Amino acid sequence: MAIEVRVPTILRTYTDGAKSVTAEGETLGALVDSLEANHPGIKERLVEGDPVELRRFVNVYVNDEDVRFTGGLETALSDGDQVVILPAVAGGSGARA
Amino acid sequence: MLTIDRATYDAIIAHAKRDHPVEACGVVAGPEGSDRPERFVPMLNAAGSPTFYEFDSAELLALYKQMWADDEEPVVIYHSHTETEAYPSRTDIGLANEPGAHYVLVSTREHGNADGPVEFRSYRIVDGEVTEEEVTVVDALPPRSTN
Repeated sequence: MAIEVRVPTILRTYTDGAKSVTAEGETLGALVDSLEANHPGIKERLVEGDPVELRRFVNVYVNDEDVRFTGGLETALSDGDQVVILPAVAGGSGARA
Repeated sequence: MLTIDRATYDAIIAHAKRDHPVEACGVVAGPEGSDRPERFVPMLNAAGSPTFYEFDSAELLALYKQMWADDEEPVVIYHSHTETEAYPSRTDIGLANEPGAHYVLVSTREHGNADGPVEFRSYRIVDGEVTEEEVTVVDALPPRSTN
């Protein structure tokens, strides 16, 4: 099965500049491994820890749904699903109030 | 250098003053590769915090889908500091993921919600390195080139 993955600018160094790539997997976790197989280095930009979890400031959407609400890396995928990866736009002074 | 029109400049400052003491945030989108900040898009600070901002996840996706559909990119990404100077914090630098964008910071620490001048500064943040740049405010952006 083929799933289209939209890659953000900051990660296109791993995809030879491609804005979207095709990957496969029955879960988001498996899809990340499939991405890593073809684009080495991309996995550690997306996930961290043991057990592996999505990085706090990386947003992933499957068919427009934020996977944080659909089971994270366990989120099930089907042929034709659209996956979008977007880094959070975040920051702030961090000053103590 | 960042060249920005007066109306957009004023809109960013007005947003920062309105949301003070919470940090305000948003984007000015423009055609890909044009370096023209044309479309002002204030965003919701999902963190609702005086010391942190994060674009709401659903709004973030909607914003990027709109930009992709229109061949746009975030030319400016702005946010306010409400207690400190308009300089990128360690958090800002660590989370800066758009190397092509002008990161605009405004500080409302002097006057809060009230009238009065606001620090407005712009930076490039690439691979953890911050470079401040000049800001030029114009009445209107020059006409788009045709090539």
